[in-house]
Amino acid sequence: MDSRVHAFLSVDKSSALDAARRWDARRADADALPPLAGLPVAIKDIICSQGLPTTCGSRILEGWRSPYDATVITRLREAGAIVIGKTNLDEFAMGSSTENSAFGPTRNPWDLARVPGGSSGGSAAAVSADMVPLALGTDTGGSVRLPAAFTGIVGLKPTYSRVSRYGLVAFASSLDQIGPLARTVADAALLLQVIAGRDPRDSTSADLPVPDYSASLPDGVKGMKIGIPREAIGAGLQREVNDAVLAAARVLEQAGASLIEVSLPTIEYAVPTYYILAPSEASANLARYDGVKYGLRVRTPDIHAMYARTRGEGFGTEVKRRIMLGTYALSAGFYEGFFLKAQQVRTLVRKDFTVAFGSVDLVLMPVAPTVAFKLGEKAHDPLQMYLTDIYTIPVNLAGLPGISVPCGSADGLPIGLQLIGKPFDEATVLRAAHTYEQSTEWHKARPQLT
Amino acid sequence: MSERTTAIAYEVVIGLEIHVQLLTDSKMFCECATAFGAPPNTQTCPVCLGLPGALPVINRKAVELGLRTAVALGCRVHGTSQFHRKNYYYPDLPKNYQITQYEYKIHPPLGTKGSLELTADTSPRRIGIRRVHLEEDTGKLVHVEQHGQILHSLIDFNRSGVPLMEVVTEPDLRSPEQARLFLGRLRSLLQAIGVSSGRMEEGSLRCDANVSLRRPGAELGIRTEVKNMNSLRSVERALAFEAQRQEQLLDRGQPVGQETRHWDERRGVTFSSRTKEEAQDYRYFPEPDLVPIAVGKQWIDEVRASLPELPDARRQRYASAYRLSPYDAGLVTSSMPLAIFFEATVGHYPQAKTVANWLAGDVAAYLNAEGLEIEETALTPNHLAELLRLVDAGTISIRTAKEILPEMLRTGASAEQLVADRGLAQISDTAAVGSVIDRIIAEHPGPASDFHGGKTQALTFLVGQVMKKTRGRANPELVNRLLREKLQS
Repeated sequence: MDSRVHAFLSVDKSSALDAARRWDARRADADALPPLAGLPVAIKDIICSQGLPTTCGSRILEGWRSPYDATVITRLREAGAIVIGKTNLDEFAMGSSTENSAFGPTRNPWDLARVPGGSSGGSAAAVSADMVPLALGTDTGGSVRLPAAFTGIVGLKPTYSRVSRYGLVAFASSLDQIGPLARTVADAALLLQVIAGRDPRDSTSADLPVPDYSASLPDGVKGMKIGIPREAIGAGLQREVNDAVLAAARVLEQAGASLIEVSLPTIEYAVPTYYILAPSEASANLARYDGVKYGLRVRTPDIHAMYARTRGEGFGTEVKRRIMLGTYALSAGFYEGFFLKAQQVRTLVRKDFTVAFGSVDLVLMPVAPTVAFKLGEKAHDPLQMYLTDIYTIPVNLAGLPGISVPCGSADGLPIGLQLIGKPFDEATVLRAAHTYEQSTEWHKARPQLT
Repeated sequence: MSERTTAIAYEVVIGLEIHVQLLTDSKMFCECATAFGAPPNTQTCPVCLGLPGALPVINRKAVELGLRTAVALGCRVHGTSQFHRKNYYYPDLPKNYQITQYEYKIHPPLGTKGSLELTADTSPRRIGIRRVHLEEDTGKLVHVEQHGQILHSLIDFNRSGVPLMEVVTEPDLRSPEQARLFLGRLRSLLQAIGVSSGRMEEGSLRCDANVSLRRPGAELGIRTEVKNMNSLRSVERALAFEAQRQEQLLDRGQPVGQETRHWDERRGVTFSSRTKEEAQDYRYFPEPDLVPIAVGKQWIDEVRASLPELPDARRQRYASAYRLSPYDAGLVTSSMPLAIFFEATVGHYPQAKTVANWLAGDVAAYLNAEGLEIEETALTPNHLAELLRLVDAGTISIRTAKEILPEMLRTGASAEQLVADRGLAQISDTAAVGSVIDRIIAEHPGPASDFHGGKTQALTFLVGQVMKKTRGRANPELVNRLLREKLQS
């Protein structure tokens, strides 16, 4: 099946089967099994794991094997999960369609002519096509939520610093966050439970207790106040998406929540702000791929030519574009006007949400303005591609938890509903998403791969 | 022929950047060991190798040592202090950015605006400390050569991520000698507060200098940066060379090029390390992988309370407890080892003022001339005390003591041994001195009769002759007394 979808870049078949047999042998003593015993989990190929390559979807790391496990991988293994394989992505997580992979695009299981969204398109497609029950993605500007929406599954971006980034190959350090992809909210909650929590190896990880997410799922939304930003509804949105999202809001209202209009006036600046900050951080984060220590090396007599040719041949167009954008934004004479200004706007975006959360428990809006688009449709128009993330990027800038749940379909393609919570309040996000999901049938729809 | 009437007097302006390896067991941002001399790449991990996905975690001990320094130098310690990324490509820098601190108003380094007083010079001088900040060291390149050609280069990442502290001075130093004294003084302070081993030869203390010349009172001139100075002595030599080189350029009407120059210890010259200085843009920005360092008042107070006696306080204590002049007190506390030496000597020879006089006088002159610190000499407190006792006992004259002191400093010989081996003991035997005097009076009848005629300066002449005859060993008081007796009899 994956020959048509191309969700995986590598699969660890033999050790996965070994592990599965070992867990099977222990099934008799079910009570002693860890929470994910024997469950295969697909890992976005930007998270370091021993035993499999970690390519980041880039020629520059082709064949590189990490000598260490990311903290999330360690926690998965301890929870009994089987790391089944590494999934396709936009190179270094830079993209919204998974077309930017150096190893070819992933296709949407609902329509192989369409993209699965990105950058965690491989993980989303693998779950959507029932290849695995669970997957990890990463979300810097929407890279978990967008592919979840495009492939009709659940994808959660936790609060920044909720999940350790140790072993996550950095794209934009102040925005990157690892999140679960699953077919149901309950499964996503289970996976988050395992990976969340303080890690001494990541000094930005929060030292806060992790609540029991599964336990509070059945508690419903009675009395919950849900805000709908007036800036996120209506103009610029595909009509079916707009209708589906508003219909979903009414479902939650019927379940006992109250709907309140809120305003997020600065979110229109979120995309340009993001495209200063994320590339700036990326320009430094990706400097280490120089041919000296690991990955691709184009041999030349002098070191400067080696740097230039290794990076020239190793990186794809979008990665180069962002490195150049970021390098420019940080350069002497531009720092104040670009980087610093963008930091200030980021503070304003965060403040907008803080104000909104003064009167509501959750913010509801679309995940993306449209359903999945066709392969090649936006590949040559970076600006149009960037605007795909107009509803997800503000959430990263504010560092908040956000989930995508299936809430409709248009032309046979899934639509995603986004619920955004207060910092570290994944429990409320999951509870509302679960309530919605259990009130509707959308999550039961599966692609018919023929 | 043009006539050089008066040489234009230039003022030398020097600022130092000192990199200090901190005395921590583990690296700045990971758990790897910092021990010197391990086989290449045996003290490394994903973090200090810059592997994809690895993240830094701040070493608390390194921050504490940085704080000790900032407090000891009287810096303003900032409540929150931020790390930055300094972006540049070099193969010994695994991430191609260095995690360091940067002087940016909203993200200050650990400490700013401190000072250190320089008292050993003719007049006390307060040298401004611009900032104290923390950063990580780079790896080390090893070039494999054959027939003078580099075949390939290897990288040892053991040093990568070792905690470094950078201390930057204001351009307040006015001579190569002051620069050396300052560096010695700072080194003693860092040793005293347990921050650094101070071993320049191992690279645990490295010093770069910015040097420029100007007419007194004029704007600062164009500076060069001098690197690769591996001892206190080489700092002074390199800066003296560089100041002279710049002076010659200016005298010829040629401009000084802003460039980095390396000191060649063997040839005793600085040379340009790059043909063209590229204007580097390091694109600093706040390190997103690290949260700011929060330094509360309580932590600062704890650090302050745990500091040993600092040189300034020690100077005041010496001045009052030992009744030393401000100059002497300043001098004997100008370095920690010298202060310890002083106290140890006083333990053997309680006349503190005399000890201070010798240390501030002949010992300091020797150290200055040789470019050494007291701990780099072979002299022991016990031997110095012995020397002073020999003078008091009249066994040797002050002149003899001054003559043998350099040898004691150089070889570690004891004063008693030197006096015995060379027959330097003062002649205090009345009969022996008397017979020399008899002979001198016989040889110089003129001056002898002058003395009788009331010319007292004739006595001085005759004393001089006796001392000459005895090669300075005759006890001067005895000579005086016997001469008067014999002439008047």
